[in-house]
Amino acid sequence: MNPNSSIAQVSDLAFQATMAAYLVALVCLGIELAAKRRAPTELEAVSAARRVAAKSGLLVGSGAGAANTAGIAGTAATAGSTPSGSADVTVTSGQQPPTAAQTQGPAQPPSWSERFGRAAMVVTVVGLVANLISIVTRGIAAGRLPLANVYEFSAAFCFVAVLCWVVLAAKTKARGLGLFVLTPVTLLAFLAGTVLWQKAGPVVASLNSYWKWIHVTTVSISGSVLLVSGAASVMYLLRHRYDRKVTEHPDDVDLANSLPGKLPSLQLLDKIAYRTAIVAFPLYTFAIIAGALWAEVAWGRYWSWDPKETVAFISWVFYAGYLHARHTSGWRGVRAAWVNIVGFAAIIFNLFFINYVVTGLHSYAS
Amino acid sequence: MTITDAPGRTTGATPRPPAKPGKVRATLQFLRNVWRGLTSMRTALILLFLLALASLPGALLPQWDNGREKTQAYLDEHTTWGPLLNKLGFFDVFASPWYSAIYLLLFISLIGCVLPRSVDFARQLRAKPVRTPRNLARMPLSTEYRVDTDPEATADRVEQQLRQRHWRVLRSAEPATAGGYTVSAEKGYLREFGNLVFHFSLIGLLGAVATGALFGYSGSRLIGTGESYCSSVASYDTFRAGITVDGTDLTPFCVQLDKLTAQFSPEGMATGFQADVQYQANPQQPGDAWQRTTIEVNEPLRLNGQRLYLMGHGYAPELKVTWPNGQTRDVTSNFISNDASLLSTGAVKIPDPPGVPADQNSTKQLAIAGLFAPTAVVQGGIMTSVFPQATAPGLAVKIYRGDLGVNSGVPQSVYAIDQGQVDAGKLKEIKEVNLMVGQRTTLDDGTTIEFTGYRNWAALQTSYDPGQFWALVFAVLLLGGLMISLIIKRRRVWFRITPIGADNGPDAGAGGAGRSLVSVGGLARTDQAGYGAEFDTVARLAGPAVPDPATEAAASTATSPEHSQQAESAAAPAVPGTERRRRQRAGLGDPAQPERESDE
Ligand code: HEM
Repeated sequence: MNPNSSIAQVSDLAFQATMAAYLVALVCLGIELAAKRRAPTELEAVSAARRVAAKSGLLVGSGAGAANTAGIAGTAATAGSTPSGSADVTVTSGQQPPTAAQTQGPAQPPSWSERFGRAAMVVTVVGLVANLISIVTRGIAAGRLPLANVYEFSAAFCFVAVLCWVVLAAKTKARGLGLFVLTPVTLLAFLAGTVLWQKAGPVVASLNSYWKWIHVTTVSISGSVLLVSGAASVMYLLRHRYDRKVTEHPDDVDLANSLPGKLPSLQLLDKIAYRTAIVAFPLYTFAIIAGALWAEVAWGRYWSWDPKETVAFISWVFYAGYLHARHTSGWRGVRAAWVNIVGFAAIIFNLFFINYVVTGLHSYAS
Repeated sequence: MTITDAPGRTTGATPRPPAKPGKVRATLQFLRNVWRGLTSMRTALILLFLLALASLPGALLPQWDNGREKTQAYLDEHTTWGPLLNKLGFFDVFASPWYSAIYLLLFISLIGCVLPRSVDFARQLRAKPVRTPRNLARMPLSTEYRVDTDPEATADRVEQQLRQRHWRVLRSAEPATAGGYTVSAEKGYLREFGNLVFHFSLIGLLGAVATGALFGYSGSRLIGTGESYCSSVASYDTFRAGITVDGTDLTPFCVQLDKLTAQFSPEGMATGFQADVQYQANPQQPGDAWQRTTIEVNEPLRLNGQRLYLMGHGYAPELKVTWPNGQTRDVTSNFISNDASLLSTGAVKIPDPPGVPADQNSTKQLAIAGLFAPTAVVQGGIMTSVFPQATAPGLAVKIYRGDLGVNSGVPQSVYAIDQGQVDAGKLKEIKEVNLMVGQRTTLDDGTTIEFTGYRNWAALQTSYDPGQFWALVFAVLLLGGLMISLIIKRRRVWFRITPIGADNGPDAGAGGAGRSLVSVGGLARTDQAGYGAEFDTVARLAGPAVPDPATEAAASTATSPEHSQQAESAAAPAVPGTERRRRQRAGLGDPAQPERESDE
């Protein structure tokens, strides 16, 4: 048997493992969220904080956890602070975030929802590794960068999106985001593994340019990160609606316990959406410029308003609109989230609809 | 003010006070409002969305510019709304008046927005940091602690440390407290700079694109091995001219195709092809020698701002026709393909058979039209190609005789015969035949046609775009500006350093000499995210904190670990004994720039 084709087989197996792992992780996250206790209301939070404070007062006073605030606060003993409203994503001070589970006391075993959540993370990481293996072996089998067709593109897309989410989850402890990232990713992975799958092989001459590789790599990375951003904005909208309804019907217990109430806070969601967008947007801009450079050497024109270029331009304009909206009164919050979602919809539209339905220079349709 | 225009009301004797100044003022007022509206952030946003929306038909509908045939086919198919859409410019979106209107308005708005901001920015560059506000505890981020040094030394330290970290610092004596100091500092000016660079680059980019549209051109043609041409509008099969280009002043160059090679994967996929050419960059200059080079896909030849691209390749069958009177002629024609196996179609036309008087041409013209298969396989009389390389070339053609219709003045495709002539009975099919190289066929009148071989052709394209270089320059600037503007954060911090024992309420008398109370406040002018952690570091610059006996006792009863990540719960009331406060209020910021202010 040809060694290349057996490597290609390894790649396909690894991708099947990826699909399975993402699906399992998705189910675990779903269970976690369903079983999770809603985030405490303001009053509950205060009393919980008091309880924790009372229980662990001694511990904190001598513990290392307070050491880095000690310098500022005068004494270690005064280091206590409010459970602040800060939704600061980047603050990772290494201290334990007091989740709902922990308010029951540090000695207690993790709750069921917590267990499922952790299991989901483990399975996700396994899937991520399988995804990486599948991409690398595919590249070896084909003897080129594995980003030449929609199948390969989708596999890479899934990988980066999940990686981005895992990093964010590690930073913010907001696992809930995973549900909204893994749902489209799992869908895409199954589409890729079934309908979109293509045999590993060489590429046509015109695709063989290093600009092309730079372009495609950055497009897929920025697209995946924008998926995470879009997912955060979808959650923002859900959470926003929930918050509004809860204020309108404060006594509705069912409503208060419904799923959107378990999502991260609006502030955190907005922050995640924004921070991922400002990482991905310049990269996306770069990707478009690289695409133009490639078009110049391949087609003789750096921009020809081919359907693919046009939709890329449209999504770029939407993201510019998103960043603007966040500075425009009346557009912050809900509307900005919508703009972000529409921008991502345009990217997905470009990836699938334009590739398969409209024929242009970029089309893989033939 | 109301102006009544009814002429009957005014009497000649007492003319009304002139309404002009009012009108002028009203007009000015109106214009100012329009300008303000146009340059507001909200208008920019709406225009951006309009731009995106207006681009959409450019992606979904076929465009004249990118595919004439497809657009024509669409028009033929949609006879009701097709012509209407065509008239409205939907098949030429990016040159349509409504599209231009949107982007021109957007760029006017952009200029109107960016110019005043540049002036502001220049002013800010020279401005000193804002004075320390009275109540630092009101800032979104604030803290208070004690240090073991006297106010002056503390202030020195803070100032020096801040400067080291590239903050812009203003230090002054605190007027309210004798012996006290305040230090205000600001950083992140580069953010606005990046943002301005970004927006100006957009204008530059538009200019570069416009330059290309005005002065650029491109032309393409097929050229067989051994053939040559010199660049002029007439030398191209298709020519796309910029708005001001009439084609008379192209910089000429000459090119000759020596050889074309192509590589294919075993599955028949084209993996690469090259054209060996000779060219003269300046044929008009005496002594300009021919030079050799190879053009490849993705490797154009660049000369004098013009670029020569290899866009495709194909085959041209070569035939030898022998007429009954013994005269022979070698004929060929380029066949084209849009199929991976390079099965190609085309027509060889002979409008002037030798030995035929011109007036009898219309019955004796010949055409050989059909398929060329580079690796031919015939099954059930039908020829197909199984591989794109010319390993066993075959020809499956119909031979016609009669009037080709080439003299009618209507241009016809070089790749096909005019079906109208056939339908009209003027051009008759006389034979259908499959030939492999070396085979010949004899027609009813004794004419023989031999398939002698094939040659390669290359599709070359000349492009010229004087704006292209500038487009790249502005694109790079744009990206740089964008990154600066998104990475750099605008931050402010204020320190108030007062001697302990002066007028610090509960501390009065508790502190010894040489100790200071340091209050710090912080404000993120752009993006709050991340300032928390940075503020913690910056706020500590006054030196190591020392314990305060008064709070030490109180604190042992109520503390909780510091957990800034507990974002999930809304801001809770302060626990007694808290020293470090954080508040995040929407809209807190610089009231002078309400629209630009962020609430992140
Ligand atoms: C051609 C259309 C435009 C595009 C593509 C565009 C794009 C962008 C982008 C991507 C950003 C985010 C970068 C950043 O936050 O610094 C931005 C920011 C900004 N833009 Fe534009 N813009 C356009 C027109 C305008 C216009 C017409 C105005 C004025 C009304 C404007 C004012 C601003 C302001 C004030 C910011 C935010 C500055 C800050 O972050 O503090 N832009 N723009």
